[in-house]
Amino acid sequence: MIEIKNISKSFKDKQVLFDISGTFEKGRTNLIIGASGTGKSVLLKCLVGLLEPDVGSVLFDNRNFTNANKNLTTQIRREIGMLFQGSALFDSKNVEENIKFPLDILTNTPENEKIEKVNHCLELVGLEKINDKMPSELSGGMKKRVGIARAIVNDSKYLFCDEPNSGLDPLTAIKIDDLILELTQKLNTTTIVVTHDMNSVVEIGEYIMFLHEGKKLWEGNNKKILKTKVKELNDFVFSNKLMKKIK
Amino acid sequence: MISLLERREKFRTYVSLTINECIKIGYDSLFIVSIVSIFMGAVTTIQTAFNLVGPLIPDYVISLVVRDMTLLELSPTIIAIVFAGKVGSNIAGELGTMRITEQIDALEVMGVNSSSYLVLPKIIASLLMFPILVIISATLAISGGYMAGVLTDVITGQEYIYGLRYEFNPFNIPFALVKSYVFAFIVASISSFQGYYTSGGALEVGKSSTNAVTNSCIFILIADYILAQVLL
Ligand SMILES: Nc1ncnc2c1ncn2[C@@H]1O[C@H](COP(=O)(O)OP(=O)(O)O)[C@@H](O)[C@H]1O
Ligand SMILES: [Mg+2]
Repeated sequence: MIEIKNISKSFKDKQVLFDISGTFEKGRTNLIIGASGTGKSVLLKCLVGLLEPDVGSVLFDNRNFTNANKNLTTQIRREIGMLFQGSALFDSKNVEENIKFPLDILTNTPENEKIEKVNHCLELVGLEKINDKMPSELSGGMKKRVGIARAIVNDSKYLFCDEPNSGLDPLTAIKIDDLILELTQKLNTTTIVVTHDMNSVVEIGEYIMFLHEGKKLWEGNNKKILKTKVKELNDFVFSNKLMKKIK
Repeated sequence: MISLLERREKFRTYVSLTINECIKIGYDSLFIVSIVSIFMGAVTTIQTAFNLVGPLIPDYVISLVVRDMTLLELSPTIIAIVFAGKVGSNIAGELGTMRITEQIDALEVMGVNSSSYLVLPKIIASLLMFPILVIISATLAISGGYMAGVLTDVITGQEYIYGLRYEFNPFNIPFALVKSYVFAFIVASISSFQGYYTSGGALEVGKSSTNAVTNSCIFILIADYILAQVLL
Protein backbone atom coordinates (compact mmCIF):
# COMPACT_ATOMS: atom_id res chain seq x y z
CA MET A 1 0.00 0.00 0.00
CA ILE A 2 1.24 3.46 -0.86
CA GLU A 3 -0.18 6.56 0.77
CA ILE A 4 0.44 10.12 -0.32
CA LYS A 5 -0.29 12.98 2.01
CA ASN A 6 -0.77 16.61 0.99
CA ILE A 7 1.76 16.64 -1.82
CA SER A 8 2.52 20.01 -3.41
CA LYS A 9 5.23 20.70 -5.92
CA SER A 10 6.38 23.83 -7.76
CA PHE A 11 9.04 24.53 -10.32
CA LYS A 12 10.47 27.97 -9.72
CA ASP A 13 7.37 30.16 -9.42
CA LYS A 14 5.05 27.75 -11.23
CA GLN A 15 3.03 25.45 -8.98
CA VAL A 16 2.31 22.10 -10.64
CA LEU A 17 0.75 20.00 -7.88
CA PHE A 18 -1.69 21.27 -5.25
CA ASP A 19 -2.16 19.38 -1.99
CA ILE A 20 -2.76 15.87 -3.31
CA SER A 21 -3.60 12.98 -0.97
CA GLY A 22 -4.70 9.45 -1.67
CA THR A 23 -4.21 5.77 -0.95
CA PHE A 24 -3.12 3.16 -3.46
CA GLU A 25 -3.98 -0.36 -2.32
CA LYS A 26 -1.94 -3.49 -2.82
CA GLY A 27 -2.87 -6.09 -5.44
CA ARG A 28 -4.88 -3.76 -7.60
CA THR A 29 -4.23 -1.38 -10.46
CA ASN A 30 -4.41 2.22 -9.31
CA LEU A 31 -4.77 4.81 -12.05
CA ILE A 32 -3.80 8.45 -12.09
CA ILE A 33 -5.61 10.07 -15.00
CA GLY A 34 -5.91 13.54 -16.46
CA ALA A 35 -5.20 15.57 -19.58
CA SER A 36 -1.64 16.16 -20.80
CA GLY A 37 0.31 18.68 -18.77
CA THR A 38 -1.74 18.39 -15.56
CA GLY A 39 1.18 17.02 -13.57
CA LYS A 40 0.68 13.26 -13.67
CA SER A 41 4.30 12.52 -14.47
CA VAL A 42 5.47 15.02 -11.88
CA LEU A 43 3.33 13.27 -9.26
CA LEU A 44 4.71 9.90 -10.28
CA LYS A 45 8.26 11.23 -10.08
CA CYS A 46 7.53 12.52 -6.57
CA LEU A 47 6.28 9.05 -5.67
CA VAL A 48 9.40 7.22 -6.83
CA GLY A 49 11.78 9.82 -5.43
CA LEU A 50 13.04 11.30 -8.71
CA LEU A 51 11.62 14.62 -7.53
CA GLU A 52 11.25 15.85 -3.99
CA PRO A 53 7.81 17.24 -3.11
CA ASP A 54 7.91 20.75 -1.57
CA VAL A 55 5.27 19.77 0.96
CA GLY A 56 3.80 16.42 1.90
CA SER A 57 5.00 12.87 2.23
CA VAL A 58 4.90 9.49 0.52
CA LEU A 59 4.51 6.35 2.61
CA PHE A 60 5.37 2.88 1.34
CA ASP A 61 3.58 0.44 3.67
CA ASN A 62 3.79 2.98 6.47
CA ARG A 63 7.48 3.70 5.85
CA ASN A 64 8.04 7.37 5.15
CA PHE A 65 10.01 7.62 1.92
CA THR A 66 10.13 11.40 1.68
CA ASN A 67 12.60 12.03 4.47
CA ALA A 68 13.91 8.52 4.91
CA ASN A 69 17.51 7.90 5.92
CA LYS A 70 19.95 6.35 3.46
CA ASN A 71 19.33 2.74 4.43
CA LEU A 72 15.58 2.99 4.21
CA THR A 73 15.79 4.84 0.89
CA THR A 74 17.97 2.09 -0.56
CA GLN A 75 15.68 -0.58 0.84
CA ILE A 76 12.53 0.97 -0.64
CA ARG A 77 14.26 1.67 -3.97
CA ARG A 78 15.01 -2.04 -4.29
CA GLU A 79 11.31 -2.77 -4.01
CA ILE A 80 10.33 -0.30 -6.74
CA GLY A 81 10.01 -1.19 -10.40
CA MET A 82 9.17 1.43 -12.98
CA LEU A 83 8.09 1.36 -16.61
CA PHE A 84 8.88 4.66 -18.30
CA GLN A 85 6.89 6.37 -21.00
CA GLY A 86 9.45 5.62 -23.71
CA SER A 87 10.45 2.33 -22.03
CA ALA A 88 13.90 3.79 -21.20
CA LEU A 89 15.75 0.61 -22.13
CA PHE A 90 19.53 1.04 -22.12
CA ASP A 91 20.44 1.27 -25.84
CA SER A 92 23.91 -0.14 -25.33
CA LYS A 93 22.65 -3.34 -23.69
CA ASN A 94 20.69 -6.20 -25.22
CA VAL A 95 17.34 -7.41 -23.88
CA GLU A 96 18.84 -9.91 -21.47
CA GLU A 97 21.37 -7.42 -20.08
CA ASN A 98 18.65 -4.80 -19.72
CA ILE A 99 16.40 -7.06 -17.67
CA LYS A 100 19.32 -8.45 -15.69
CA PHE A 101 20.62 -4.97 -14.86
CA PRO A 102 18.66 -4.38 -11.61
CA LEU A 103 19.88 -7.76 -10.36
CA ASP A 104 23.48 -6.89 -11.25
CA ILE A 105 23.25 -3.59 -9.44
CA LEU A 106 21.09 -4.44 -6.46
CA THR A 107 21.77 -8.08 -5.61
CA ASN A 108 24.52 -10.65 -5.32
CA THR A 109 22.56 -13.36 -7.13
CA PRO A 110 24.79 -15.87 -8.97
CA GLU A 111 24.88 -15.43 -12.74
CA ASN A 112 22.94 -18.61 -13.68
CA GLU A 113 20.11 -17.72 -11.27
CA LYS A 114 19.97 -14.24 -12.80
CA ILE A 115 19.58 -15.70 -16.28
CA GLU A 116 16.86 -18.02 -15.01
CA LYS A 117 15.02 -15.06 -13.51
CA VAL A 118 15.39 -13.06 -16.72
CA ASN A 119 13.91 -15.90 -18.74
CA HIS A 120 11.09 -16.32 -16.24
CA CYS A 121 10.22 -12.62 -16.48
CA LEU A 122 10.38 -12.70 -20.26
CA GLU A 123 7.93 -15.58 -20.13
CA LEU A 124 5.65 -13.61 -17.80
CA VAL A 125 5.49 -10.70 -20.24
CA GLY A 126 4.91 -13.05 -23.17
CA LEU A 127 8.25 -12.70 -24.90
CA GLU A 128 10.70 -15.52 -25.31
CA LYS A 129 13.97 -16.16 -27.11
CA ILE A 130 14.73 -12.51 -27.76
CA ASN A 131 17.54 -12.34 -25.19
CA ASP A 132 20.16 -11.24 -27.71
CA LYS A 133 18.14 -8.57 -29.48
CA MET A 134 19.08 -4.91 -29.05
CA PRO A 135 16.38 -2.39 -28.03
CA SER A 136 16.60 -0.74 -31.46
CA GLU A 137 15.43 -4.00 -33.06
CA LEU A 138 12.22 -4.16 -31.01
CA SER A 139 8.77 -2.79 -31.79
CA GLY A 140 7.14 -0.30 -29.42
CA GLY A 141 4.98 -2.93 -27.78
CA MET A 142 7.92 -5.31 -27.29
CA LYS A 143 9.96 -2.50 -25.72
CA LYS A 144 7.17 -1.90 -23.22
CA ARG A 145 7.08 -5.60 -22.38
CA VAL A 146 10.84 -5.69 -21.88
CA GLY A 147 10.50 -2.54 -19.75
CA ILE A 148 7.88 -4.30 -17.63
CA ALA A 149 10.08 -7.39 -17.33
CA ARG A 150 12.92 -5.17 -16.11
CA ALA A 151 10.58 -3.49 -13.63
CA ILE A 152 9.47 -6.77 -12.03
CA VAL A 153 12.69 -8.79 -12.21
CA ASN A 154 13.85 -7.93 -8.71
CA ASP A 155 10.54 -9.12 -7.17
CA SER A 156 9.32 -5.54 -6.97
CA LYS A 157 6.54 -4.85 -4.51
CA TYR A 158 5.64 -1.57 -6.14
CA LEU A 159 5.13 -1.20 -9.85
CA PHE A 160 4.91 2.24 -11.49
CA CYS A 161 3.96 2.77 -15.11
CA ASP A 162 4.04 6.14 -16.87
CA GLU A 163 1.69 6.08 -19.86
CA PRO A 164 2.30 2.39 -20.62
CA ASN A 165 0.29 2.50 -23.83
CA SER A 166 1.30 5.83 -25.32
CA GLY A 167 2.47 5.40 -28.88
CA LEU A 168 0.93 1.97 -29.28
CA ASP A 169 -1.93 0.86 -31.52
CA PRO A 170 -5.23 0.26 -29.65
CA LEU A 171 -4.94 -3.52 -29.77
CA THR A 172 -1.38 -3.65 -28.41
CA ALA A 173 -2.32 -0.98 -25.87
CA ILE A 174 -5.07 -3.16 -24.44
CA LYS A 175 -2.73 -6.15 -24.33
CA ILE A 176 -0.22 -4.14 -22.31
CA ASP A 177 -2.99 -2.98 -19.95
CA ASP A 178 -4.15 -6.54 -19.47
CA LEU A 179 -0.59 -7.64 -18.83
CA ILE A 180 -0.19 -5.00 -16.12
CA LEU A 181 -3.46 -6.09 -14.50
CA GLU A 182 -2.53 -9.76 -14.70
CA LEU A 183 0.95 -9.20 -13.21
CA THR A 184 -0.47 -7.02 -10.44
CA GLN A 185 -2.78 -9.82 -9.38
CA LYS A 186 -0.27 -12.63 -9.90
CA LEU A 187 2.60 -10.91 -8.10
CA ASN A 188 0.38 -8.99 -5.67
CA THR A 189 2.11 -5.67 -6.34
CA THR A 190 0.92 -2.19 -5.52
CA THR A 191 0.60 -0.87 -9.04
CA ILE A 192 0.20 2.76 -10.04
CA VAL A 193 -0.45 3.57 -13.68
CA VAL A 194 -0.44 7.06 -15.14
CA THR A 195 -2.59 7.32 -18.24
CA HIS A 196 -4.83 9.53 -20.30
CA ASP A 197 -6.26 6.64 -22.26
CA MET A 198 -9.98 6.03 -21.62
CA ASN A 199 -9.69 2.41 -22.74
CA SER A 200 -7.31 1.68 -19.87
CA VAL A 201 -9.57 3.54 -17.49
CA VAL A 202 -12.47 1.28 -18.35
CA GLU A 203 -10.37 -1.89 -18.58
CA ILE A 204 -8.19 -1.77 -15.51
CA GLY A 205 -9.37 1.16 -13.35
CA GLU A 206 -9.82 -0.51 -9.99
CA TYR A 207 -8.98 2.76 -8.31
CA ILE A 208 -8.86 6.04 -10.23
CA MET A 209 -7.53 9.41 -9.17
CA PHE A 210 -8.43 12.27 -11.52
CA LEU A 211 -6.09 15.24 -11.73
CA HIS A 212 -6.99 18.54 -13.31
CA GLU A 213 -4.48 21.37 -13.47
CA GLY A 214 -2.54 19.87 -10.61
CA LYS A 215 -5.49 19.34 -8.29
CA LYS A 216 -7.20 16.10 -7.37
CA LEU A 217 -10.85 16.61 -8.38
CA TRP A 218 -12.22 13.10 -8.07
CA GLU A 219 -11.44 9.55 -7.00
CA GLY A 220 -13.32 6.31 -7.52
CA ASN A 221 -13.32 3.31 -9.82
CA ASN A 222 -14.23 2.42 -13.40
CA LYS A 223 -17.84 1.68 -12.49
CA LYS A 224 -18.46 5.04 -10.87
CA ILE A 225 -16.53 7.13 -13.38
CA LEU A 226 -19.20 7.01 -16.10
CA LYS A 227 -21.81 8.44 -13.75
CA THR A 228 -19.69 11.25 -12.41
CA LYS A 229 -21.10 14.73 -11.91
CA VAL A 230 -17.75 16.52 -11.83
CA LYS A 231 -17.75 18.71 -14.92
CA GLU A 232 -14.00 18.52 -15.69
CA LEU A 233 -14.02 14.74 -15.37
CA ASN A 234 -17.11 14.49 -17.52
CA ASP A 235 -15.41 16.52 -20.23
CA PHE A 236 -12.38 14.26 -19.98
CA VAL A 237 -14.30 10.97 -20.04
CA PHE A 238 -16.70 11.94 -22.77
CA SER A 239 -14.20 13.80 -24.90
CA ASN A 240 -14.84 11.79 -28.05
CA LYS A 241 -18.06 11.51 -29.98
CA LEU A 242 -18.41 7.76 -29.61
CA MET A 243 -18.34 7.95 -25.84
CA LYS A 244 -20.88 10.79 -25.96
CA LYS A 245 -23.20 8.66 -28.04
CA ILE A 246 -22.87 5.74 -25.65
CA LYS A 247 -23.76 8.06 -22.84
CA MET B 1 31.00 17.02 -8.73
CA ILE B 2 30.69 15.89 -5.11
CA SER B 3 27.87 13.54 -6.05
CA LEU B 4 30.39 11.71 -8.25
CA LEU B 5 32.04 10.26 -5.20
CA GLU B 6 29.01 9.30 -3.16
CA ARG B 7 27.05 6.03 -3.17
CA ARG B 8 29.26 4.23 -5.61
CA GLU B 9 28.34 0.86 -7.02
CA LYS B 10 30.43 -2.27 -6.82
CA PHE B 11 34.07 -1.72 -7.68
CA ARG B 12 34.07 -4.53 -10.23
CA THR B 13 31.25 -2.87 -12.16
CA TYR B 14 33.38 0.25 -12.44
CA VAL B 15 36.42 -1.64 -13.68
CA SER B 16 34.47 -3.25 -16.51
CA LEU B 17 32.71 0.01 -17.37
CA THR B 18 36.05 1.82 -17.49
CA ILE B 19 37.58 -0.82 -19.74
CA ASN B 20 34.66 -0.49 -22.13
CA GLU B 21 35.07 3.26 -22.17
CA CYS B 22 38.82 2.92 -22.77
CA ILE B 23 38.09 0.92 -25.89
CA LYS B 24 35.51 3.41 -27.07
CA ILE B 25 37.56 6.48 -26.22
CA GLY B 26 41.07 5.26 -26.96
CA TYR B 27 41.06 2.52 -29.54
CA ASP B 28 38.30 4.03 -31.64
CA SER B 29 40.13 7.36 -31.86
CA LEU B 30 43.33 5.78 -33.06
CA PHE B 31 42.57 6.08 -36.76
CA ILE B 32 41.71 9.78 -36.83
CA VAL B 33 44.58 10.61 -34.46
CA SER B 34 47.05 8.74 -36.68
CA ILE B 35 45.93 10.43 -39.86
CA VAL B 36 46.01 13.89 -38.30
CA SER B 37 49.42 13.29 -36.71
CA ILE B 38 51.20 12.00 -39.79
CA PHE B 39 50.02 14.92 -41.89
CA MET B 40 50.70 17.37 -39.08
CA GLY B 41 54.34 16.22 -38.95
CA ALA B 42 54.71 16.17 -42.70
CA VAL B 43 53.31 19.67 -43.16
CA THR B 44 55.37 21.10 -40.31
CA THR B 45 58.54 19.71 -41.86
CA ILE B 46 57.86 21.11 -45.29
CA GLN B 47 56.69 24.47 -44.01
CA THR B 48 59.70 24.81 -41.75
CA ALA B 49 62.03 23.85 -44.56
CA PHE B 50 60.39 26.35 -46.86
CA ASN B 51 60.48 29.23 -44.36
CA LEU B 52 63.69 28.70 -42.46
CA VAL B 53 66.43 27.25 -44.49
CA GLY B 54 68.96 29.56 -45.99
CA PRO B 55 72.67 29.10 -46.58
CA LEU B 56 73.43 30.03 -42.95
CA ILE B 57 71.04 27.66 -41.22
CA PRO B 58 71.85 23.95 -41.17
CA ASP B 59 69.25 21.45 -42.34
CA TYR B 60 69.02 19.64 -39.01
CA VAL B 61 67.24 22.70 -37.55
CA ILE B 62 64.18 21.52 -39.49
CA SER B 63 63.77 18.33 -37.49
CA LEU B 64 64.67 20.11 -34.28
CA VAL B 65 61.83 22.53 -34.87
CA VAL B 66 59.46 19.70 -35.81
CA ARG B 67 60.40 17.82 -32.66
CA ASP B 68 59.86 20.74 -30.29
CA MET B 69 56.71 21.98 -31.94
CA THR B 70 55.20 18.52 -31.98
CA LEU B 71 56.00 17.71 -28.38
CA LEU B 72 55.28 21.09 -26.86
CA GLU B 73 52.30 22.23 -28.79
CA LEU B 74 50.96 20.35 -31.78
CA SER B 75 50.52 16.85 -30.43
CA PRO B 76 48.88 17.69 -27.10
CA THR B 77 46.82 20.65 -28.29
CA ILE B 78 45.76 19.72 -31.81
CA ILE B 79 45.01 16.16 -30.75
CA ALA B 80 43.04 17.52 -27.79
CA ILE B 81 40.91 19.48 -30.23
CA VAL B 82 40.46 16.41 -32.40
CA PHE B 83 39.63 14.52 -29.21
CA ALA B 84 37.03 17.13 -28.24
CA GLY B 85 35.45 16.78 -31.68
CA LYS B 86 35.36 13.01 -31.64
CA VAL B 87 35.10 11.89 -28.03
CA GLY B 88 33.56 15.01 -26.48
CA SER B 89 30.66 15.18 -28.89
CA ASN B 90 30.16 11.43 -28.49
CA ILE B 91 30.03 11.66 -24.68
CA ALA B 92 27.62 14.60 -24.73
CA GLY B 93 25.41 12.94 -27.34
CA GLU B 94 25.29 9.66 -25.47
CA LEU B 95 24.52 11.18 -22.07
CA GLY B 96 22.08 13.66 -23.59
CA THR B 97 20.16 10.89 -25.30
CA MET B 98 20.12 8.88 -22.09
CA ARG B 99 18.72 11.91 -20.29
CA ILE B 100 15.90 12.72 -22.69
CA THR B 101 14.86 9.08 -23.12
CA GLU B 102 14.65 8.74 -19.30
CA GLN B 103 17.45 6.17 -19.13
CA ILE B 104 19.13 8.31 -16.48
CA ASP B 105 15.87 8.44 -14.50
CA ALA B 106 15.65 4.66 -14.83
CA LEU B 107 19.10 4.32 -13.27
CA GLU B 108 18.15 6.67 -10.44
CA VAL B 109 14.94 4.77 -9.69
CA MET B 110 17.01 1.60 -9.36
CA GLY B 111 19.07 3.44 -6.77
CA VAL B 112 22.14 3.83 -8.98
CA ASN B 113 24.10 7.05 -8.57
CA SER B 114 23.77 7.90 -12.24
CA SER B 115 26.33 10.69 -12.31
CA SER B 116 29.13 8.56 -10.98
CA TYR B 117 27.98 5.43 -12.82
CA LEU B 118 28.00 7.19 -16.17
CA VAL B 119 30.55 9.98 -15.81
CA LEU B 120 33.36 8.58 -13.67
CA PRO B 121 34.32 5.76 -16.10
CA LYS B 122 34.44 8.27 -18.96
CA ILE B 123 36.71 10.66 -17.07
CA ILE B 124 39.03 7.88 -15.90
CA ALA B 125 39.15 6.30 -19.36
CA SER B 126 39.98 9.68 -20.91
CA LEU B 127 42.76 10.28 -18.39
CA LEU B 128 44.18 6.85 -19.16
CA MET B 129 43.86 6.89 -22.92
CA PHE B 130 44.50 10.47 -23.99
CA PRO B 131 48.16 10.64 -22.89
CA ILE B 132 48.74 7.40 -24.80
CA LEU B 133 47.13 8.94 -27.86
CA VAL B 134 49.40 11.96 -27.49
CA ILE B 135 52.52 9.78 -27.28
CA ILE B 136 51.41 7.84 -30.37
CA SER B 137 50.62 11.11 -32.09
CA ALA B 138 54.05 12.62 -31.35
CA THR B 139 55.79 9.49 -32.61
CA LEU B 140 53.75 9.44 -35.80
CA ALA B 141 54.12 13.17 -36.39
CA ILE B 142 57.89 12.97 -36.14
CA SER B 143 57.90 9.92 -38.43
CA GLY B 144 55.56 11.72 -40.82
CA GLY B 145 58.01 14.60 -40.86
CA TYR B 146 60.87 12.21 -41.64
CA MET B 147 58.99 10.69 -44.56
CA ALA B 148 57.94 14.03 -45.99
CA GLY B 149 61.41 15.46 -45.55
CA VAL B 150 63.20 12.54 -47.20
CA LEU B 151 60.64 12.06 -49.98
CA THR B 152 60.73 15.72 -51.02
CA ASP B 153 64.49 15.92 -50.58
CA VAL B 154 64.46 18.86 -48.19
CA ILE B 155 66.54 16.97 -45.64
CA THR B 156 68.45 13.71 -45.54
CA GLY B 157 67.44 10.95 -43.16
CA GLN B 158 70.69 11.22 -41.23
CA GLU B 159 70.39 14.93 -40.71
CA TYR B 160 66.76 14.59 -39.62
CA ILE B 161 67.77 12.14 -36.92
CA TYR B 162 70.74 14.28 -35.90
CA GLY B 163 68.36 17.22 -35.46
CA LEU B 164 65.95 15.15 -33.38
CA ARG B 165 68.76 14.41 -30.93
CA TYR B 166 70.34 17.87 -30.96
CA GLU B 167 69.98 19.73 -27.66
CA PHE B 168 66.99 17.71 -26.61
CA ASN B 169 65.35 18.96 -23.43
CA PRO B 170 63.92 15.90 -21.63
CA PHE B 171 61.59 18.13 -19.63
CA ASN B 172 59.44 18.51 -22.74
CA ILE B 173 58.06 15.01 -22.32
CA PRO B 174 56.59 15.43 -18.81
CA PHE B 175 55.34 18.84 -19.94
CA ALA B 176 53.48 17.23 -22.83
CA LEU B 177 52.04 14.62 -20.47
CA VAL B 178 50.86 17.17 -17.93
CA LYS B 179 49.14 18.99 -20.74
CA SER B 180 47.52 15.76 -21.89
CA TYR B 181 46.09 14.99 -18.47
CA VAL B 182 44.67 18.49 -18.13
CA PHE B 183 43.16 18.46 -21.63
CA ALA B 184 41.70 14.97 -21.18
CA PHE B 185 40.03 16.03 -17.97
CA ILE B 186 38.68 19.21 -19.58
CA VAL B 187 37.15 17.37 -22.53
CA ALA B 188 35.65 14.50 -20.52
CA SER B 189 34.22 16.61 -17.72
CA ILE B 190 32.84 19.45 -19.84
CA SER B 191 31.26 17.03 -22.31
CA SER B 192 29.78 14.88 -19.57
CA PHE B 193 28.36 17.94 -17.86
CA GLN B 194 26.81 19.21 -21.09
CA GLY B 195 25.27 15.83 -21.87
CA TYR B 196 24.11 14.97 -18.36
CA TYR B 197 22.22 18.22 -17.93
CA THR B 198 20.48 18.16 -21.30
CA SER B 199 16.75 18.77 -21.16
CA GLY B 200 14.21 18.77 -23.92
CA GLY B 201 14.42 16.71 -27.08
CA ALA B 202 16.63 15.62 -29.95
CA LEU B 203 17.36 19.23 -30.88
CA GLU B 204 18.80 19.91 -27.43
CA VAL B 205 20.96 16.79 -27.63
CA GLY B 206 22.47 18.21 -30.80
CA LYS B 207 23.04 21.54 -29.05
CA SER B 208 24.68 19.82 -26.09
CA SER B 209 27.09 18.05 -28.42
CA THR B 210 27.98 21.28 -30.16
CA ASN B 211 28.40 23.09 -26.85
CA ALA B 212 30.55 20.28 -25.54
CA VAL B 213 32.96 20.67 -28.45
CA THR B 214 32.99 24.49 -28.46
CA ASN B 215 33.42 24.83 -24.71
CA SER B 216 36.06 22.10 -24.58
CA CYS B 217 38.06 23.82 -27.33
CA ILE B 218 37.91 27.19 -25.61
CA PHE B 219 38.98 25.75 -22.27
CA ILE B 220 41.74 23.70 -23.91
CA LEU B 221 43.23 26.84 -25.43
CA ILE B 222 42.94 28.81 -22.20
CA ALA B 223 44.54 25.97 -20.24
CA ASP B 224 47.22 25.69 -22.92
CA TYR B 225 48.15 29.32 -22.43
CA ILE B 226 48.13 29.09 -18.63
CA LEU B 227 50.25 25.93 -18.61
CA ALA B 228 52.77 27.45 -20.97
CA GLN B 229 53.03 30.47 -18.67
CA VAL B 230 53.34 28.42 -15.50
CA LEU B 231 55.51 25.52 -16.59
CA LEU B 232 57.88 26.87 -19.23
N1 LIG C 1 11.52 19.61 -14.51
C1 LIG C 1 10.55 20.50 -14.74
N2 LIG C 1 10.82 21.82 -14.66
C2 LIG C 1 9.84 22.74 -14.85
N3 LIG C 1 8.57 22.44 -15.16
C3 LIG C 1 8.24 21.16 -15.28
C4 LIG C 1 9.21 20.10 -15.07
N4 LIG C 1 8.59 18.92 -15.23
C5 LIG C 1 7.31 19.20 -15.53
N5 LIG C 1 7.09 20.54 -15.55
C6 LIG C 1 5.80 21.20 -15.82
O1 LIG C 1 4.83 20.56 -15.05
C7 LIG C 1 3.62 20.43 -15.76
C8 LIG C 1 3.11 19.03 -15.70
O2 LIG C 1 3.93 18.18 -16.46
P1 LIG C 1 3.72 16.60 -16.54
O3 LIG C 1 3.64 16.05 -15.17
O4 LIG C 1 4.82 16.07 -17.41
O5 LIG C 1 2.35 16.46 -17.28
P2 LIG C 1 1.59 15.13 -17.68
O6 LIG C 1 0.35 15.15 -16.87
O7 LIG C 1 1.28 15.25 -19.14
O8 LIG C 1 2.47 13.97 -17.38
C9 LIG C 1 3.88 20.92 -17.17
O9 LIG C 1 3.30 22.18 -17.31
C10 LIG C 1 5.38 21.00 -17.25
O10 LIG C 1 5.75 22.09 -18.03
MG1 LIG D 1 3.50 12.55 -18.61
